[in-house]
Amino acid sequence: MSATLDAAAAPIAIGGVAYEVVMGIECHVELKTETKMFCGCRNVFGAEPNTNVCPVCLGMPGALPVPNRLAIELLVKAGLAFGSEIPAYSKFDRKNYFYPDMPKDYQISQFDMPLTQGGVVPFWLPDGTHGSCRLTRIHLEEDTGKSSHASRDGRIAGSTHSLVDFNRAGVPLMECVSEPDIRSAPAAVAYLEALKRTFVALGVSDVKMEEGSLRCDVNLSLRPVGQEEYGTKTEIKNMNSFNSVRRAIESEMARQAEILENGGRIVQETRGWDEAAGTTHSMRSKEQAHDYRYFPDPDLTPIEFAPLDVTRLRESLVGLPQARIDRFVSDDKLSIAQAHQIVDTPGLADYYDAATALTEKPQATANFVLGDLSRLANETGVPAGESRLGVESLAEIVALVEAKTINSKTAKDLIARVWSDGGSPREIVAAEGLGQVSDSGAIDTLVAAVLAANEKSVADYRAGKTKVMGFLVGQVMKQSRGTANPTLAEERLRAALGDGAE
Amino acid sequence: MASGDIDVAYVAKLARLALTPAEVERFGAQLGALLEHVDRLAALPVADVGATAQVIAQSNVMRDDVVRPSLDRETVLGGAPERDGAYFRVPRIIGEDA
Repeated sequence: MSATLDAAAAPIAIGGVAYEVVMGIECHVELKTETKMFCGCRNVFGAEPNTNVCPVCLGMPGALPVPNRLAIELLVKAGLAFGSEIPAYSKFDRKNYFYPDMPKDYQISQFDMPLTQGGVVPFWLPDGTHGSCRLTRIHLEEDTGKSSHASRDGRIAGSTHSLVDFNRAGVPLMECVSEPDIRSAPAAVAYLEALKRTFVALGVSDVKMEEGSLRCDVNLSLRPVGQEEYGTKTEIKNMNSFNSVRRAIESEMARQAEILENGGRIVQETRGWDEAAGTTHSMRSKEQAHDYRYFPDPDLTPIEFAPLDVTRLRESLVGLPQARIDRFVSDDKLSIAQAHQIVDTPGLADYYDAATALTEKPQATANFVLGDLSRLANETGVPAGESRLGVESLAEIVALVEAKTINSKTAKDLIARVWSDGGSPREIVAAEGLGQVSDSGAIDTLVAAVLAANEKSVADYRAGKTKVMGFLVGQVMKQSRGTANPTLAEERLRAALGDGAE
Repeated sequence: MASGDIDVAYVAKLARLALTPAEVERFGAQLGALLEHVDRLAALPVADVGATAQVIAQSNVMRDDVVRPSLDRETVLGGAPERDGAYFRVPRIIGEDA
């Protein structure tokens, strides 16, 4: 199954042969819980080092882990959002390896019986094509501690020791493993954005890459188009934004293409992304061949999901962002960018949906929501849904503009005014005579006054400097306190100046 | 399983143990004896016993997402072989892993 219809996936010509890129992505996402996965220590970012630790997350002998029910439910919800299967029986395993920021010398993870299996992540690419990527599984594990390589005096180069903070050790971490369905850098970013907006909407995670609550590794290889067998892959790590994911993929594609072009072979290895250099570099692995010796964790009981529990969790999934994006694009005819922007701004999709239900004019509503309302939200720090401009008020404004009762300038002013002061736009327009003047007679009176007061502009216009028309229209608008129909004003000005026959 | 089948040097490497050749031989024999003992299980009639990953007849032992007090930092770092301020100090970590 070729899951992705990706127009961005242009073949790469290498030695006269068309190659394609094949990518799978592993994403580690910290779950939004109050406490850690197996103990009651706080799960918070940025606490004082080594203050949220206890015998369980420090791996003290005899301490027993107990799984966090909420973390398990959040992960299952994440899987259900993408149509994953929830096996009736799941278990935790120990993944054995030594690392100083992993106190037990094993990580509790899931090997062969993860909490979810399968599923599909659909997404839209910026160019309007639709793509999707199959999920292999989403499993639950615990995060490791955090080490820094600088000593307290700030030295990194030549430092002989690392400093470890175990606050992060034991934080619930879900690992989303994708199938190798991704065929372009834009598709990789669209996939990650689809995961992010779903996890945020479900309250599964904050998904802050800058705080490390989402970390992803990209497995990337090239192969001749039409070849079944995969090429040798490299694993890219250390990207700290979606933009660096895109850049790292482009850089690694170019590096592999150059090696193949020169008749070389790709070495299977882990490569780190260097943001400043804009390239990937080989990372020395702590162990050449991994032998994790997974075995079931005897300290933990299996997790068994009754069909009823799964049904309850499935029913709790409402307002999933992908379904909304699809509806905004297919039914409302918004652009992909508009749909993504509305869904990715907290609370805006609810506002847009409620307003559109009243206006029945999706495009006009989206223009106001993404234009004036988003600008005001940024300026005032108040989201649209909490401003005094209720959806009924916006609907009145859209209706007034559609009926040409007010022009766009008046609409803009009204939005700003009602945003902070409240009130009914329709009543304000009626009370203050802000209705658009579309009466030729009334506008002709204004035109005559403007022409009389601006003899120089009139002379310039007649001398061929037609650019002054904009100024003259502006003057008519000003005289009318913004209520004149600008199209009509320009038409009457041209007529008065003698070229209205155009 | 006979002791000759166990790559003691490899097991020691995974466990970060530096063994002398004499120790490799001695532990190889001991591990072999242990595995022979476990091998007796193979003689049991288990055709009617289902596969399991757990020997405790329980499932879904979980806790609610409720905060419990953590340890005092001085207590925590008191057990550290080496410390640097509020941190554990460990031999330099090279590379990265998930």
